[in-house]
Amino acid sequence: MNTVTTNPVLRLSNVAKTFVTPNGSVRALDPVSLDIRQGEFISIIGPSGCGKSTLMNIVGGLLDDYDGEVQVDGVPVRGCHKEIGMVFQEESTFPWRTAIDNVAFPMEATGVPREERLSRAKDLLRLVGLDGFEQRFPSELSGGMRQRIAIARTLAFKPRILLMDEPFAALDEQTRLLLGDKVLQIQQELNQTTMLITHNIAEAVQLSDRVLIMTFRPGRIKQVIDIELPRPRSSKLMGGEKFGHYVAAIWEDLREEATRGLLEMEGARSGS
Amino acid sequence: MSSAAISQTRLPAWLMRTLVILFLLGIWEAGSQYGFINAFTAPPPSAIFFAFIRLVEAGDITRALALTFFEAFTAASIGTIVGVAAGYFLHRSKMAGLAYTSWVAAAASAPLVLIYPLFLVIFGRNPATIIAMGALGCMPPIILKAKEGLDGVRPVLLNVGRALNLSARKQFWMIQFPAALPTIFNGIRIGLLFAIINVVGVEFLISLGGLGYMIAYLGDRFDYPAMYAGILFVIFVSVVFFLLTERLEKWLLSSR
Ligand SMILES: Nc1ncnc2c1ncn2[C@@H]1O[C@H](COP(=O)(O)OP(=O)(O)O)[C@@H](O)[C@H]1O
Ligand SMILES: [Mg+2]
Repeated sequence: MNTVTTNPVLRLSNVAKTFVTPNGSVRALDPVSLDIRQGEFISIIGPSGCGKSTLMNIVGGLLDDYDGEVQVDGVPVRGCHKEIGMVFQEESTFPWRTAIDNVAFPMEATGVPREERLSRAKDLLRLVGLDGFEQRFPSELSGGMRQRIAIARTLAFKPRILLMDEPFAALDEQTRLLLGDKVLQIQQELNQTTMLITHNIAEAVQLSDRVLIMTFRPGRIKQVIDIELPRPRSSKLMGGEKFGHYVAAIWEDLREEATRGLLEMEGARSGS
Repeated sequence: MSSAAISQTRLPAWLMRTLVILFLLGIWEAGSQYGFINAFTAPPPSAIFFAFIRLVEAGDITRALALTFFEAFTAASIGTIVGVAAGYFLHRSKMAGLAYTSWVAAAASAPLVLIYPLFLVIFGRNPATIIAMGALGCMPPIILKAKEGLDGVRPVLLNVGRALNLSARKQFWMIQFPAALPTIFNGIRIGLLFAIINVVGVEFLISLGGLGYMIAYLGDRFDYPAMYAGILFVIFVSVVFFLLTERLEKWLLSSR
C-alpha cells in the first residue's frame, strides 16, 4: 500500500525495549518500525506477553528508557504528548468520582467551565450507553461499565491520536460489538489516528485499516494485513465472505505464535 | 418463616450486649453488697453511679472533659498536619523512606508517654506540654498510614494523569491524594485515639487539670467510687469517639 504520499502522524523507528529486573533482563520488544497515517485505524494483535502493552506505553510516553525513536508529526517525542489519549488495559476509573465526574476529569484538569464539561460528559456517557448512570460510583457498576467510563473519559479531551490497550476485553460480546461501532464512528468523525491493541481477531478486522500481527516474545511485527473493506463500516460486516477471509488469514499467521506461547506456558508450568 | 418471626425469636445485637453488661454489673453489685468483693477498693456500681452524678452536678467532669477534649483535639490536629507531611516525605524520598520508616514503626509501639519529663523541661508546666505529648503520640500511626496510602496508589491511576500531562501539583491533588485518602484517614482515626490516650496519661502524671488529673486527684483522696466513675467515663468517651469516627469514615468514603 502506498503510504509515502502523506507524512505519517505517528512514526516508530526501531522501537525496542528490554526490562532490567533484579532477576535478570527480559527482552519485551524487538525493534519495531511503523508509520501510521492521519486518520488511520490500526490494530495490533498477538499472543499475551508479546509486548503489546509495552509498545503502547512507549508510544504514550509512559516508558522512558527504550531504544529507537517515536515521532509525532515528524518531531521526536519524549514523555507524554498532549494530543495522545490512552485507554488502559487495567481498570482505571477513579473510585472517588461519580461516572460523570470521571468522564469530566480531563476537562476539569484543563479548566473547562463546569457547566460545559458536565454537559459534554453527559453526552459521552450517553454515547457509551451509560445514560442514567451519571451519579453512580464505579464501585456500583460492573467491570464492563467501568471500562466504558474509562473510554468516555479518554474521548473527552478529543485526542488526535488514540491508543487503546484491549479496551473491550472486559465486555461481553454484544456490548463489545456495539461499542466498537461507536468508537469507530467517533474515530471517523474526528479523523482520529488510532492504535488498538486487541486479541480479538474479528474486532481487529471490523475496525481496522491495517492489522499488525506480532510474534511471541520478544515481540516484533510478523505480518501486516491491509483490510480493504468499504467504510463506513459496522458490526453488520461480520457475516460477509470477505470478512471471513480476513479472519482466516490472520488466524493462519497468529496460530503459530499462539501455539508457541501456549507451549512455553506449559513448559514453564511443568518445569517449576 | 417471615422476617418478623425471626426477629421475635432472636434478640438484636445491641440488646444482647446491654444484657451482658447489666449481668456483669449485677454480679459486681451483689458481690460487694454481700462482702465477696472488697467494697472499698472495688465499690459497687451503684456507688460509682452516684459518685458520677455528684461529679456532674459539681461540674468537675464537664470542665475536665472540655479541657481534655481541647488538648486532644489540638494535639491530633497538629499531629495530623505534621504526620501527613512526614508521611509524604517518607513516600517521596526513597532513601528517607528506607532509612526511617522502621523507626517510626518502632515509635508507634513504644510507650512514648514516658518521655514527658523532657517535654516538661522544654515547654514548662502548662497545657503546651500535654498537647505536645499528645501530638507526638499520635504521629507514628498517621505517618505510617500516610506513607502506606501514598505508596499504594495503583500505578494505572497515576498513568491516567501522566497521559493527560497533568502538572505535578494537579497529579498530586487530583489523583494521588484522593486515591490515598481512605488509608490516610484510617491513620488519622487511630492517631486521634493515641492522642486521647497520651493526653489523659500525661494529665494523670502532671497536675494541670483534665480527666487524667481528675482521676489521679480522686484516687489520692481515696474517693474510689468517683475515681472509678472517672475511669469508666474516659473509657466511655474513647469508645464513643471511636464509633463516631468510624461512622464518619464510612460516610465520607461511602462511594468506594
Ligand atoms: N515493568 C516490567 N518489568 C519487567 N518485565 C515486564 C514489565 N512489564 C512487562 N514486562 C514483561 O514484558 C513482556 C511483555 O509484556 P506486555 O507488554 O505487558 O505484554 P502484552 O501486553 O502483550 O501481554 C512480558 O514478558 C512481561 O513479563
Ligand atoms: Mg497487555
